[in-house]
Amino acid sequence: MLRFVALRLVMALPTLWAVLSLVFVLVRIVPGDPALVILGDQATEQALVALRHRMGLDVPLWDQYLQFMAAVLQGDLGISMVRNRPVWGEVATVLPYTLELTFVGIFLGVLMGLPLGVLAAQHRGGWIDAVARWTSLLGLSFPAFISGILMLLLLAVELPWFPVIGNAPFANPPAHLRALVLPALNLGFIMVAYVARVTRSGMLASLSEDYIRTARAKGVPARLVVWRHALRNALIPVVTVVGLYFGILIGNSVLTEIVFNRPGLGKLIVGALNDRDYTMLQGLMVIYALVVVGANLATDLAYGAVDPRIRVR
Amino acid sequence: MTNVVPLKTPPALAVKDLTTGLKIRGIWHQAVRGVSFEVMPRETVALVGESGCGKSLTAMSIMGLLPAKVGKVLSGSVTVDGREVVGLPEREFEGLRGNLVSMIFQEPMTSLNPVLPVGFQIAETLRRHRGLDGAAARAEVLRLMNRVQIPASARRIDDYPHQFSGGMRQRVMIAMAVACRPKVLLADEPTTALDVTIQAQVLNLIAELQAEDGMAVLFITHNLGVVASIASRVVVMYGGDVVETAPVDDFFQRPSHPYSAALLKSVPRADRRPDSLEPIPGQVPTLFQMPDGCRFQSRCAHVMEVCTRRPPLLPGGGRPDHQMRCWLGRPEGGL
Repeated sequence: MLRFVALRLVMALPTLWAVLSLVFVLVRIVPGDPALVILGDQATEQALVALRHRMGLDVPLWDQYLQFMAAVLQGDLGISMVRNRPVWGEVATVLPYTLELTFVGIFLGVLMGLPLGVLAAQHRGGWIDAVARWTSLLGLSFPAFISGILMLLLLAVELPWFPVIGNAPFANPPAHLRALVLPALNLGFIMVAYVARVTRSGMLASLSEDYIRTARAKGVPARLVVWRHALRNALIPVVTVVGLYFGILIGNSVLTEIVFNRPGLGKLIVGALNDRDYTMLQGLMVIYALVVVGANLATDLAYGAVDPRIRVR
Repeated sequence: MTNVVPLKTPPALAVKDLTTGLKIRGIWHQAVRGVSFEVMPRETVALVGESGCGKSLTAMSIMGLLPAKVGKVLSGSVTVDGREVVGLPEREFEGLRGNLVSMIFQEPMTSLNPVLPVGFQIAETLRRHRGLDGAAARAEVLRLMNRVQIPASARRIDDYPHQFSGGMRQRVMIAMAVACRPKVLLADEPTTALDVTIQAQVLNLIAELQAEDGMAVLFITHNLGVVASIASRVVVMYGGDVVETAPVDDFFQRPSHPYSAALLKSVPRADRRPDSLEPIPGQVPTLFQMPDGCRFQSRCAHVMEVCTRRPPLLPGGGRPDHQMRCWLGRPEGGL
């Protein structure tokens, strides 16, 4: 098990290296001179040269690359050009909010999507199948910012059950959770769509397998045949979907954070884009890459938990 | 007329006039029609026929495992250990399956759930019908695994199906099926997918268990060699009909129905030249094209005018418990 994790981490290194290199190149090929952007076009040539030197932009590209890689390997994502504070510190203060939102969103999505998919498969062609189909269609068609605004209008403005904007600190759990409900539901709604569809097709496939007939021939009650024998096998594609869409959900959490005015990576990104804060963007891309690589690793481990045939010993 | 030999003990399995329908493109077809046979305790009866003749559907009707909505028993009766099971509510049927009547299947590779340990899958039967749990269930599972000769059972009880060979998986299936000492075991081609040497082992195992527990075994197969070695009676099906039923020795010596005779001629034998094989021309008609009357008439060498009417069960071979569904058996119409 530990060996497997270590192996996967080693295998993730080339991916991370490629991402880092791409980030480095992207930031360098953006037109314009970062020093000029920061100091403005009134800046003296002397000041520009000084800043370029401070930012390490006056050495050959190859040297810059090596320095950048060395810094990242030491966990140093640089100093924000605009805020003048370490990028890592800025990210670390808001990352928990984004991760919390994403995880709770996925949890709600799976919590609603799995039973919906199972019932839809069990009553194929019935009304619950139709409900599942329409829910999925709506979930897939609505961009997160539209469904977020609709949700706000309905559940925060018309029916003032939840706060319209803002967020309470972790230190105040009841208010914090209350503020989390709508944004997490908004993300979960997208997840429900994916999970319900994949669960339904997985269940339809596994319910027609020979081992279902065996289970019934043993006298296993119908309820257990569905929820134990069939669902365990249908979970494998669900794990794939959750793992794959983790990255997409992180992206959607950016939109959700902005609609609901929550702190998180979303606000940080938009701010950095507006300010042309290249070092911050570079750092954020590295963080995203790490999160996605971590999600993939977690997915691989989850496969083993669900399917003994791909379990590593 | 149907039971000429007086019976001392009641049969473990009695199927009487069983007619099972399949719904295909909105129309119900009789895929099994009027099938009757009995299996006594400790007896092995072989149900023989080509693919699509209704053998498996008969077994599924007995188990109450017909596909929902598109399959159902239209008429007739099935009694297991004296209990009528046709029309039994699903909840009650669950209590009988794996308990009074069990079934093993052709495909050991796909018949076990790949994500559950084999020990757990065996224990499910015990938990359901005997209320065994925890250590008691585990001990009984180990006993069963030893009984079906799975080596190193204590080490393998928590292994998953993919860690077992085909023959071992079929042993797991058998352990599951006999866990509650059923009165009737339906074996649907349980050795077809196995190597020949493993086949013999599995057949022996079933025979041993049968001798111990006194199960009645309905053995579904198209392998006439297997029939000769294990069965005491043969029931031949064609197109959903029972076309011949006979004691096994009488069947091999005097196959009476043209289909049975043709079936025996199409089996390769070591003591005959290969070119003496006579395949039966054509194939089983689909349910849409099934002729009225005798369903074998389109492929039969002896077809007569009267064959457009459905023949009743008539005497065949030489013995009173040998019957066939062919007009050749009527007193005035023999060959």
